[in-house]
Amino acid sequence: MAKAKSKTNTEDYLRMYRQMVRIRTFEDNANQLYLSAKMPGLTHMYSGEEAVAVGICEALTDDDRITSTHRGHGHCVAKGAEFKEMFCELLGKEEGYCRGKGGSMHIADQSHGNLGANAIVGGSMGIATGSALRAKLNGDDDVTVCFFGDGATAQGLMYEVMNMAALWKLPVIYACENNGYSEYTKTEEIAAGSITARAEAFGIEAFKIDGQDVLAVNDLTQKLVARCRKGEGPFFIELETYRYHGHHVGDINREYYRTKDEEKDWKSNRDPIIRFRAHLVSEGIATEEELDAMNAEVEQDAADAVAYAEAANYPDQSEVDMHVYAE
Amino acid sequence: MREITLSQAVNEALAEEMRRDPTTFIIGEDVAEAGTPFKVLSGLVEEFGTDRVIDTPISEPGFMGLAVGAAMTGARPIVDLMFGDFIFLIMDQLCNQAAKIHYMSGGKLNVPLVLRTNMGATRRSAAQHSQSLQALVAHIPGLKVAMPSSAYEAKGLMKTAIRDNNPVVIFEDKLMYQDKAPVPEDEYLIPFGEANVKREGKDITLIATSSMVQVAEKAADMLAAEGIEAEVIDPRTIVPLDEETLLESVKKTSRAIVIDEGHQSYGVTAEIASRLNEKAFYHLDAPVLRMGAMDVPVPFSPALEDITVPTPEGVAENARKLCAGELIHAA
Repeated sequence: MAKAKSKTNTEDYLRMYRQMVRIRTFEDNANQLYLSAKMPGLTHMYSGEEAVAVGICEALTDDDRITSTHRGHGHCVAKGAEFKEMFCELLGKEEGYCRGKGGSMHIADQSHGNLGANAIVGGSMGIATGSALRAKLNGDDDVTVCFFGDGATAQGLMYEVMNMAALWKLPVIYACENNGYSEYTKTEEIAAGSITARAEAFGIEAFKIDGQDVLAVNDLTQKLVARCRKGEGPFFIELETYRYHGHHVGDINREYYRTKDEEKDWKSNRDPIIRFRAHLVSEGIATEEELDAMNAEVEQDAADAVAYAEAANYPDQSEVDMHVYAE
Repeated sequence: MREITLSQAVNEALAEEMRRDPTTFIIGEDVAEAGTPFKVLSGLVEEFGTDRVIDTPISEPGFMGLAVGAAMTGARPIVDLMFGDFIFLIMDQLCNQAAKIHYMSGGKLNVPLVLRTNMGATRRSAAQHSQSLQALVAHIPGLKVAMPSSAYEAKGLMKTAIRDNNPVVIFEDKLMYQDKAPVPEDEYLIPFGEANVKREGKDITLIATSSMVQVAEKAADMLAAEGIEAEVIDPRTIVPLDEETLLESVKKTSRAIVIDEGHQSYGVTAEIASRLNEKAFYHLDAPVLRMGAMDVPVPFSPALEDITVPTPEGVAENARKLCAGELIHAA
């Protein structure tokens, strides 16, 4: 765990803890909705990777943009989204962020700068880099973070846009969430050489860090965001992390590609929430009781939001051909 | 009225809109000093600078993706895709991203961008630089598709496209860049979804897109000499399509040929013919005929290439047969 700077960061730390708990709680509820057959389709759980989304998004403002992935609930929560609109979207209800038209894999929350999840692996790399190009052309000082997984490093688009981002010094941070698996295949079987070296080949400064350490992630991101705002971008971060669930919620029997012992080890010894919680208590930033109360509050919020979403209306059928074209 | 080339008309439209709206910029390969291989953009970088006329590496999916992201966050990019054939390279960014983002976000995000590209065979450029791929993008909901048939349309449609809040694909026929047409000095826009009746007639309707409008007009001249009055209609945009004007004409003439330079099978001609059959069946005296490019990759040899595309003689021949009540088993 990176060292706490001072007690003046108490509020920031507690918000980071709370946001990580919110993501885990959101995912636990989403998984239950799937298991109880209340959710249409499938979803991809972010559980285990919370420190990545929270560490990064806590270094951003609402004006800063992110692009997200099929495993995107964590990014959405971390960037400021509300449970109610998120659960409504997961259930295809009219009050969802996308009026039920996007679902789990396409949640976008423009009010907080989330340009949307993307169900094409690597599909948002152009969008993120284009957002940064717009910022540079307009003289806007916002930064765009492009979240993607290790699997997306096999897509050609990444190398095309990193080349242009480096040529034009665009304010974009490529955040590679390396959770060790490209769907059902170990990353080492799909990625030759070093991932960070690929960015370095374009002259992009690249970092490899422990994605389970929220303070380390936040500290690095703050520095890189500040440098992006000064025109020193782009940057690349590889964050070592782990996904607790399978590729999607239906990927339950997965021993053919990874062991239960491995999963247990990450959950017991490297869990980002357990680690940060221990840190907060040992540094005297919060007591166990205070953190338990926070957890309970988040759980209640999630339960209320799920109940609300379950009772909410589906969109009227007249909406099916609405929003094909903008006015 | 002054006459300018289609190339000059596109250039004027871009310059006028870039002066009007500072959020517009052009992005693509060799668009700046080179002004594209067809020189359509010559002079723009001198006026607008390299921040707004942006040369990219040869990375079509990359710069298309950049344009989508810039459009989603407040800019109005104009993407220059050097050859229409390269559309296959950018399909994910165009069709999975740009076309769907407004819908998938429940109307919250817009993607106001223009993709300028070209089409057209008989330039001896062979199979990967000659295709007319408008049907591929017209198939995807969320995209608009314009097909200018002259310098006048090229300017008016381009200005409308740039102001549209959706992704718009414009196919310019690369063989028409030097063709001149009267173009007003004063500003004008051509609304999408409004077909242009180029020539009135009572015996048969020739519906033609892009350079096929010239083909249809020449066929109509030949037919007029024989006493057959052909009506020629240019839809100008195939998405949205001005069905009403097409149906009105066909109800009057009771016969129609649809002509487009894309491959005939599963193409633009099939779609329009089908709509006429569905909505004007009882007004028809003959089957609606499709005339597209042959279903072969575009060959290099002039001896072969020239027979792959519709010609005025071919259109006139089919029109005569339809008017005489003969059934046609077109290839």
